[in-house]
Amino acid sequence: MLRSLRVRISQGRQYIGDLRAASPANFRGLPVIASTPCATDCRACADACPTHAFTALDPLQIDLGRCIQCGDCEPACPEKKLTFSNACHTAAVRREDLLISAQRPTPPPIAVSQALKQQFGRSLRLRSVSAGGCNGCESELNAVGNVNFDLGRYGIEFVASPRHADGLVISGPITRNMAEPLQLCFDAMPRPRFVLAFGACAISGGLFADAPQVERQFLDQNVPILFIPGCPPHPLTLVNGLMDLLGIALP
Amino acid sequence: MPASPYLLAAALVPQTHAEFVHALRERLQDGARALTYFGEKLADGTVELTALLQDATGLSVLRGHAPADAQVPALTVQFPQLHIFEREIHEQTGLAMPGHPWLKPVRSPVAPMGSYPFFQMEGKEVHEVAVGPIHAGVIEPGHFRFMCLGEQVHHLEIQLGFQHRGIEELVVQRPLAHAVTLVETIAGDTSVGHTWAFCRALEALAGVEVPVEVEIVRGIALELERVAMHLTGLSGIATDIGFLQGGTTWGRLRTTLINLSMQLCGSRFGRGWLRPGGVRFGVHSEDAQRLPTVLGQFQRDMNTITALFQTSLSVAGRLHEVGTVTADQAKELGLVGMAARASGLDLDMRIALPGAAFERLPVALSKQLTGDCWARAGLRIDEIARSIAWIQRALAVPGIDQVPLQPLGALPPDALAIGICEGWRGETIHALQTDGQGKLRHFKAQDPSLRNWFGLAHALRGNEISDFPICNKSFDLSYCGNDL
Repeated sequence: MLRSLRVRISQGRQYIGDLRAASPANFRGLPVIASTPCATDCRACADACPTHAFTALDPLQIDLGRCIQCGDCEPACPEKKLTFSNACHTAAVRREDLLISAQRPTPPPIAVSQALKQQFGRSLRLRSVSAGGCNGCESELNAVGNVNFDLGRYGIEFVASPRHADGLVISGPITRNMAEPLQLCFDAMPRPRFVLAFGACAISGGLFADAPQVERQFLDQNVPILFIPGCPPHPLTLVNGLMDLLGIALP
Repeated sequence: MPASPYLLAAALVPQTHAEFVHALRERLQDGARALTYFGEKLADGTVELTALLQDATGLSVLRGHAPADAQVPALTVQFPQLHIFEREIHEQTGLAMPGHPWLKPVRSPVAPMGSYPFFQMEGKEVHEVAVGPIHAGVIEPGHFRFMCLGEQVHHLEIQLGFQHRGIEELVVQRPLAHAVTLVETIAGDTSVGHTWAFCRALEALAGVEVPVEVEIVRGIALELERVAMHLTGLSGIATDIGFLQGGTTWGRLRTTLINLSMQLCGSRFGRGWLRPGGVRFGVHSEDAQRLPTVLGQFQRDMNTITALFQTSLSVAGRLHEVGTVTADQAKELGLVGMAARASGLDLDMRIALPGAAFERLPVALSKQLTGDCWARAGLRIDEIARSIAWIQRALAVPGIDQVPLQPLGALPPDALAIGICEGWRGETIHALQTDGQGKLRHFKAQDPSLRNWFGLAHALRGNEISDFPICNKSFDLSYCGNDL
């Protein structure tokens, strides 16, 4: 009993009170593009990028849906135009919103979906399917329920059965060997139901976009309602995206 | 041979496959351990075989060459530690391996996943339980088929491959500078362990020797990863047996540790930290001064929860004599890493092949003798304390704040380089082979999970099926590390 109390005291208060305001120290999250001009015909950043995230060079445009936050572009740029901030408010409801530039440095804020808020605003059950995920995304998905982020406080939880789930959270590029199980899982979910894409692999294929072992047709038929960029995304990226979309604890 | 965790072999002259198999058998009979054994299908359809062996004299490589239609006798019956290697060679190269008892696919299904012919048992009360590929939790996919008599598991067959992304081929096809980001995702929870093995192989190939300060920083990254993942595992075991204080406390202690990694390199998983030629981030002096206090508090909190865990009768009742693998079994099956050490084997590459970092600051062997879930949990608690103590010493090493990244030169032609790193699960092994022009021709990555999955299957025999979750969590193996 005394030992148990000692553990409880050592635990202290761990939950993050204001999740929206939380700011992870030194997280390499969002690429920041300086508005200074590039050197003529320079493509050093694009060549350094393993996922072809630089979708335009003049002016520079980065697809957050492809960016794996490796940071290899930062030292490659001779003009020192590229840095990273720890911003976590980067989730988006439309795929094209993930394109950023010096003029539009972050995806637009997510507007509350009244329909989703009404249906799921006080209780949302998610089913996670890893389809080629490397356990980076899966670890961060587990973290959103831990004592720090504790998304359960707003009624958002992961469930074991697709029968109990409202949303399907996909991580990984969707391997050929997981395409069928993923479809079966989704088919087993009752309507209304929706899909969320968690991480660069799920959003764009990431490092595996053109790999022959990947089969992504599922996402053509079931367009995600929320794209959570990163490799892996910080738990706060999902937390902020969901809270904004469902209108939870609005300031 | 020096005890280095890497090896460079230029212009290996292959033996005929008959000579190769003969030599391999003799070396194993003499007590050598196979670290890896793989095949590469060459452009002309023939197959090059490579075995990496370790004995008292150090590491050595055997190289053989087999025509496409060769019959290369399997050695698995005599040396079960080779079973997974020979299955993989057969699958990746198509080489016939007569005499192998069970050429079950490793990761590429021969039949659609749903119609795979599992091993079957017959009997009035025998029944099967099928689990997966999608599991109840937030976890990677894999299929488990239990053959049970009542509640007791007679046999567990594990079917993997769902995560196969073709990472070995992609590393060869992509620009070499991009390879490291792929390597970081071989098993995303072992980013540092895999990347260090890859760096060691590539640096050996390129003839780059990194300074000891770089190796110390890499060691800090590796040990932070080890502690974080051991905490994940302990938290999982505690949750699975309903010991919720352990689940939450170890969970939040993990947060502390992965946030330290983020503080040092920008990623909670050590991504972007190690690069061939060095590291992208040293340890700033402010961090080197601040971290010892944080780590000291961490270890005190760790001791508090460990004392509760290890004196709780309900914990002892659930973990003792569950999922046991004896030392003889572990050795015979070729188990590695923490699974092997929990069964009493002295197997830690940080000690056998320390490299500059662990030569400068040696780490003591953690070992348990009982080979059950209790031993695997206790081993992890023990290793956490040793890793924290190691990091404390490493932070005091001067010169770890400024560590320049060295450029890699051209690679030599027709050379084989192997890098080894004792990640948190066990030895990760990477092999790079160049062609006649010095271009990367073949890449072989080996996660310790490849060898240890069969240990889990073995551990379940004769156990209650309800004990599967804790057995699984105590081994804590990687699906994508196996599936590649």
